Amino acid sequence: MSAAEKAQAAQSTRNGWLLSTPALVILTLFAVGPLMIVVVYSFLAPGQYGNVEWQFSLDGWRGILWTKDIFDDTYGIADANISIFWRSIKLSVLTTVLTFAVGFPTAWFIATRPQKSRALWLFLITIPFWTNLLIRTYAINEVIRNEGLMNTVLMKLGAISEPIRLIYTDTAVFIGMAYVYLPLMVLPLFAAIDRFDMRLLEAGYDLYASRMQVLRRVILPIVKPGIIAGSILVFVPSLGAYVTPRVLGGGKQMMIGNFIDLQFGQGRNWPLGAALSLTLLVIVTAALLIYVKYANRDVSNGH
Amino acid sequence: MATKTFSVAKLPGFTTTAIIVFIALYLPILTLVAYSFNASQSVAVWGGFSWDWYVKAWNNDAVKDATMRSLLIAVCAAVISTAAATMAALGTTRRKAFKGQTFIYVMINQPLMVPEIVTAVSLLILFGMVKQATGIQGIGYVIFAHSAFCIPFAYLPIRARLEGMDLTLETAAADLYATPWQTFRHVTLPILLPGVIAGAMLAFVISLDDVVITEFTKSGGQDTLPTYMLGQMRRQLTPEINAISSMLLALTIVLLTAFFLLTRKND
Repeated sequence: MSAAEKAQAAQSTRNGWLLSTPALVILTLFAVGPLMIVVVYSFLAPGQYGNVEWQFSLDGWRGILWTKDIFDDTYGIADANISIFWRSIKLSVLTTVLTFAVGFPTAWFIATRPQKSRALWLFLITIPFWTNLLIRTYAINEVIRNEGLMNTVLMKLGAISEPIRLIYTDTAVFIGMAYVYLPLMVLPLFAAIDRFDMRLLEAGYDLYASRMQVLRRVILPIVKPGIIAGSILVFVPSLGAYVTPRVLGGGKQMMIGNFIDLQFGQGRNWPLGAALSLTLLVIVTAALLIYVKYANRDVSNGH
Repeated sequence: MATKTFSVAKLPGFTTTAIIVFIALYLPILTLVAYSFNASQSVAVWGGFSWDWYVKAWNNDAVKDATMRSLLIAVCAAVISTAAATMAALGTTRRKAFKGQTFIYVMINQPLMVPEIVTAVSLLILFGMVKQATGIQGIGYVIFAHSAFCIPFAYLPIRARLEGMDLTLETAAADLYATPWQTFRHVTLPILLPGVIAGAMLAFVISLDDVVITEFTKSGGQDTLPTYMLGQMRRQLTPEINAISSMLLALTIVLLTAFFLLTRKND
């Protein structure tokens, strides 16, 4: 490389950084930087009326799993916290599984439509995706609440005599999350299936494979990156869900997101809230790293 | 031939499942919209058709106030984030990969990777400190918070547009003695514009939809439409919420349709 070319490359790099500076400054101040403060806060002692006392303490981190006995200061396992973690993980896994089970056929259906109507079907999935999450949660509430559409119709039909009490249960939160996050599963699945070469199916059938065998041995392995992307895109926001469990769980069926909120509100335990936030962040990051690993593998094989 | 054609792409039960999914996706939304026209006071009983709840929502000062605030925040956040994202997109595409580029990507996409509730509480702590130190309460906090998490949404369509751009046009402009600024102003920017508008619209919708981060960064009396609705959902529900939701839904669909028309022309 000549000196002139080198200088030009250096100039180009400098411009790249300069142009990116405003975005980097905004993100440092209002997205990345504040996370550092959360790290600091997780190692402080809770203040009497919220906020923190500026003294080092590990109680925030300890409080994730253990609770201090108010009488003899011994530590015991915090059953309430564990049940919240368990609910969060259970509901997130169930949501991911259900959205995949119904999302895969849906994505397949869209991808196999004629070119012209495909855009329309895709648009129909995209509208709920961009619709306010709160509105969609409220819409599900309209269907499943005690006097909602589901119970009204079932009672009119005489299928039930008492309304099914679904609202403010784990099941309600589960249905709500599956509903609001479904487009996040369908869209990446569609992208993967859309690239799938349908001639491979013919090859499979020519070799006397049954439909199930073709599905399992030909389709699934090839669209796997889409499955992983969709699962991560559903699992991650499910785990950190706040609005849906708050509206459909009625404050009792808390998930981690609501539990964090509680620490900054009535719980008045900001260090515990900070430690819980970081725990959630670590789990989510781990899930994303797995995704990046698989996504990169796809690129190296596919192109 | 009269025999049924064998379609390779057909899998048993898939079409049925897909149709059920589409119904399940739209039934709740349609129910919500239908109940916004309910004449009855309660959300539970259907009392005939009426526009009353739209009139009521329209004349509700709290709703008006929250709507104006939502729009103000969304416009500011869209402008700030799109400006920053456009520059960043110009900085990170169409040049040789440079050291630190991955770092810039990670930074820009950070808001997509961190759970909203975590960002929300981190900003609650930060803004709490700043508010205490300076005594300034304004709406600026919410605007900056929104500007940050809107950046990746504005960045993606702009970058996609830039990557699909024909570099020879700029070379041609340079060959005709255009200054770099003239080239940018008269060649790059016009081609880039649909991407910028699409990015700004996504940022606008994302900001307008946000509940969690707004809930934690607003001061007292700074409700946006979504936080106002969240607050109302704790109280007695009336079809007024349905009316507000339906109007917001209509706005989203209009913006989305415009967005699709804008991005489709690219192809």
